Amino acid sequence: MDEHAKVKIKGIREGLLITVRDDDWPDAKAALQEQIKEQSEFLQGGRLILDVGNHNIRAAELGQLRDMLTDDGLALWAILSNSQITQQNAQSLGLATQINKPIPERTAHSIDTALTGEEAVLVRRTLRSGFSIKNTGHVVVIGDVNPGCEIVAGGDIVVWGHLRGMVHAGAEGNQNAVVCAMDLAPTQLRISDHIATTPKRRGKPQPEMARIVDGQVVAIPWKP
Amino acid sequence: MANKVITITSGKGGVGKTTATANIATALAVNGARVVCIDADIGLRNLDVVLGLENRIVYDLVDVIEGRCRLRQAMIRDKRLPNLFLIPAAQTRDKTAVSPSDMVRLIDDLRDESEWILIDSPAGIERGFRNAIAPADYIVVITNPEISAVRDADRIIGLIEAEEKGPARLVLNRLKPEMVKREDMLSPDDVLELLAVELIGIVPEDDKVILSTNRGTPIVLDGKSQAGQAFRNIASRIEGKDVPFMNLEDRNGFFGRISRIVRSGGD
Repeated sequence: MDEHAKVKIKGIREGLLITVRDDDWPDAKAALQEQIKEQSEFLQGGRLILDVGNHNIRAAELGQLRDMLTDDGLALWAILSNSQITQQNAQSLGLATQINKPIPERTAHSIDTALTGEEAVLVRRTLRSGFSIKNTGHVVVIGDVNPGCEIVAGGDIVVWGHLRGMVHAGAEGNQNAVVCAMDLAPTQLRISDHIATTPKRRGKPQPEMARIVDGQVVAIPWKP
Repeated sequence: MANKVITITSGKGGVGKTTATANIATALAVNGARVVCIDADIGLRNLDVVLGLENRIVYDLVDVIEGRCRLRQAMIRDKRLPNLFLIPAAQTRDKTAVSPSDMVRLIDDLRDESEWILIDSPAGIERGFRNAIAPADYIVVITNPEISAVRDADRIIGLIEAEEKGPARLVLNRLKPEMVKREDMLSPDDVLELLAVELIGIVPEDDKVILSTNRGTPIVLDGKSQAGQAFRNIASRIEGKDVPFMNLEDRNGFFGRISRIVRSGGD
């Protein structure tokens, strides 16, 4: 049957892995729902891991999918995806996005211009408590980062807003990584293997850059 | 049909969701509407106690969903108001007894005959919360002016926005104006700076709320309570009326009167 080819179900150590193929998402979703209805007895009681490959899926759709599975007594535990957007949306709902294997390597697109920049992720929204962003490159946020939020970057972290959450720059060992913010007030700031907390602020917030100088985490104000 | 199913949630426990649900529902009913409130906190039900209806429970939400009774049989009419009804939660089960689509189906059955449906959400971010927000048209987040409550409110607002059920509206409950003045407590501005959502109510701390819970008489029925007035104002704002926020420092209480006498030399 054509439908079966689009959806593969396999039992693995962490649970039941359902792999959806890279067709049109509406088709893939319909095939997925049909397969789950057919196999719901077999799937009962396990935790479901859904591998959606390259599909970009909105958080609300993931939420609906999870609710639909709940109806059949199935627990959606994790979403695996090559799409950064889908991963972030899954994380925002509290779903796992890794199951004992590292995030798949993202192939860097090389753009042919005179200056090759470095790989970065840009997020244009305020990040509420519980959100997390992980990237091997840099992370830029246009918006606030609220307490309870986590940003982990292999490179630098720039926040055009209030930084009040937890940040870890240079997470893969880069001691030269920096953290910049308009209001640098993180609950915890880490650069590579250094950890620091924020002292009580005196006066109005000003833009600052945190970096490691002589083995210490130092915040340098931006002087115009 | 829009904006009539209201879910009241918070993330943090104990901030006043059940009190708010009971009082807003009662105020809407006093204003003449037909209101049904539903306790979605399965296993830890409280809405029945706060409304003073716990002795009248025969059937509950799970009985309806599992088909052991009809919807009407589980609806308990309020003692005081003939147009206010409660569907209580089950106490002997837990949140896995109900799924989000069960809730949506149940609410669809109620929509045509009620003007307002209020759902009291449990604390947390798991199944119970998802059950409660699934059918919502309008979501109210309750928080206290206190750092851990605001942290949890931020999380819950993030989840509501992620599920595209926003915008969330905020009620700041249990504010103590004297403490805010002394800068010992977060002010509404402090809370809004972090949460950045529309504020639809500020309810001051009021000992009478505890008494009202003990008696099963919602505080909105007490004409002299500031907290009661605040909940009545929230109900009016939900109905679409433009109600200015109360001046909580204009205290008509005991201490306010004493200090006025002293300052004016006792005239």
